[in-house]
Amino acid sequence: MLLAGILFALGMIGLLARRNLLFILMSIEVMLNAAGLAFVSAGARWGQADGQVMFLFILAVAAAEVAVGLALLLRLYHRFQSLDTDSASEMRG
Amino acid sequence: MFHLLWLVPAFPVVSAALLMLFGRRLGDRMAAFLGCGSIGLSAVVSILIAWRFLAAPPPGAALTEHLWTWMSVAGFSPGISLYLDALSLIFMLVVAFVSFFIHVYSVEYMRGDEGFSRFFAYMNLFVASMMLLVLGDNLLLLYLGWEGVGLCSYLLIGFWYTDPKNGLAAQKAFIVTRVGDTAMALGLFLLYQQLGTLTIQPLMHAAQLAWPHGSVYATAAGLLLLGGACGKSAQLPLQTWLPDAMAGPTPTSALIHAATMVTAGVYLIARTHVLFALAPTAQFAVAVVGAATLIAAGFAALTQDDIKRILAYSTVSQIGYMFLGLGVGAWTAAIFHFMTHAFFKALLFLASGMVITSMHHEQNIFKMGGLRKHLRLAYWAFVIGGCSLAGLPLVTAGFYSKGLILWGTLSSPVGSTTLWIFGTIGVFMTSLYTFRLIFITFHGECHHPPSHKTGWLMGVPVIVLSVLSIVGGFVELPAYLGNHPWFTNFLQSALPATVEGPHPALGELGSEALVVLTFFVGLWAAWFFFLKRRDLATALSAKGLGRALHHWWYTDWGMDWLYDRLFVRPVGWFSNTNKTDAVDLIYTGAAAATRTGWRALSLTETGRVRWYATALVLGAVIFIFLGALL
Repeated sequence: MLLAGILFALGMIGLLARRNLLFILMSIEVMLNAAGLAFVSAGARWGQADGQVMFLFILAVAAAEVAVGLALLLRLYHRFQSLDTDSASEMRG
Repeated sequence: MFHLLWLVPAFPVVSAALLMLFGRRLGDRMAAFLGCGSIGLSAVVSILIAWRFLAAPPPGAALTEHLWTWMSVAGFSPGISLYLDALSLIFMLVVAFVSFFIHVYSVEYMRGDEGFSRFFAYMNLFVASMMLLVLGDNLLLLYLGWEGVGLCSYLLIGFWYTDPKNGLAAQKAFIVTRVGDTAMALGLFLLYQQLGTLTIQPLMHAAQLAWPHGSVYATAAGLLLLGGACGKSAQLPLQTWLPDAMAGPTPTSALIHAATMVTAGVYLIARTHVLFALAPTAQFAVAVVGAATLIAAGFAALTQDDIKRILAYSTVSQIGYMFLGLGVGAWTAAIFHFMTHAFFKALLFLASGMVITSMHHEQNIFKMGGLRKHLRLAYWAFVIGGCSLAGLPLVTAGFYSKGLILWGTLSSPVGSTTLWIFGTIGVFMTSLYTFRLIFITFHGECHHPPSHKTGWLMGVPVIVLSVLSIVGGFVELPAYLGNHPWFTNFLQSALPATVEGPHPALGELGSEALVVLTFFVGLWAAWFFFLKRRDLATALSAKGLGRALHHWWYTDWGMDWLYDRLFVRPVGWFSNTNKTDAVDLIYTGAAAATRTGWRALSLTETGRVRWYATALVLGAVIFIFLGALL
């Protein structure tokens, strides 16, 4: 659980500190896996299968998310010739 | 046969709906066919019903056709039911007939107009509403028809809507009649609140039982209904809308603003005559309104120069006679005058429509003149209609009906010599302005010869109405002419007989003789001032007192000016100063708060993904803390 918490915090810091979209996506992956790890270890701790079922779900969601995220990343690169998220800040309110 | 009664309003309403829905796609021929055909069918059904009514009268000389229940709320359930008795039969017949002929006339009058099918749609809707008005068995249904005819009147006055003047006239008519309608609605509330029903016959019965003679409630209800009647029938002080209503097409003026709709007030008072019999004050007010209106409108008509406005003021004046008749209890005389007036006034308007068409829509009578030789049919129609209007003795319908009203005024215990004198002055004025119109338009020198003749579609209705304007009076022959009051006898089942008080010294023949004398004096005066020595009349109205009076009467006794100062300007001023009123502040305040909120929130939209992610994380942390703390 401690490991999961550390992983989640690392992912979040990466998400907030990085500018490169690729690294942001990777940070999100780390966070998702941290959550998954938390589920699995919680399931092992109380001897229930629910945690592992949830992890399978998270795996599927993560795969879908990566597909969409990478597609967006490619479009962004085509448009702005960079992966810097701050360069794509034209849409201000 | 009587169960076919519902067809009378149904035909026009169906055809109006078809014309409104498919309008132009039908083409002009089809629209004309539909518009006239539906009214024709209505008229045929009316005749069949009338024939049956005369041949085998239903029990009590009245019948109710219950079609369905309109609504049923807390014990109040007005039905869509039609009530037919002698009074509504007369109105139904006259409306069906006159409107049929006017529809036929309009086919030619409106030919080539852009809104041809729209015109017939409105006219049919009008006829349907009018039929509902006269056939409705409860006051609510009557009110529906009442507002329906008001709507059609508005639509038809503003028919040529591209000219803002016509739109203004339409609005004026609508708003001024609304004043009366409000009074009438209040009257209906009062009646329902006190007597618990709006179905006319039980209502009248209940009123007789519940209210003593001269009770306050009866007087109030009577006066409120009189207010409604004044608005619709253009009586003093709400008469100002009718002359402006002449902005509509001439067939509209003939049908709505002369023959039928404006007499709805007369119908309303005759229908609720029990109420007025219970309230002598209200009934006397009816007589006074009628007498004052007929004189005032007579003077106004004398000074107008627009052919249709003269006829409009004469309509106001003639309805004044009907009110006078109702006010003195000469019920049948008033209804008789309604019938003859419908014939001769429709005739006069249709004839004026012929003149206007052939003069390229010129309506100023001083730009006409000498049209007698060019427009023979219109001239004779005007002579017949004018004589009937002014009451040429023995041969015209108007003579009999007006004579009956004046005799009723003199002989009834409610009437008085003063009212009779007013009525007789009115006869003089009528004869004066009618023949002024005829002499100036048709006699004298011809300045602008008319350009084209009118066809048979306009000719036939004019001829038929001419005949009716003459023979329409023979259904009621007074005592000194053989005494054959068929019309009165027929109406006796629906309206009380005219009460004759102590016999006045003058006698019926004497009264008639004086009226006839007055008529001829008016005719002579018109001939002298407007044909023989026109310069004298022009000189009289050119300077000093004559000029002031002329202007005063020309502007209808300054009524429009007065209302403008009394109502329109104060209301306009008030609404102008109160533009940013307190109620508005709530809404403008809400708008301002929203705008400020938007400004503040839009600052947070930077477009930076990381910024959003930080906000998300912060929010999550705050909520988790909140959840943990609470």
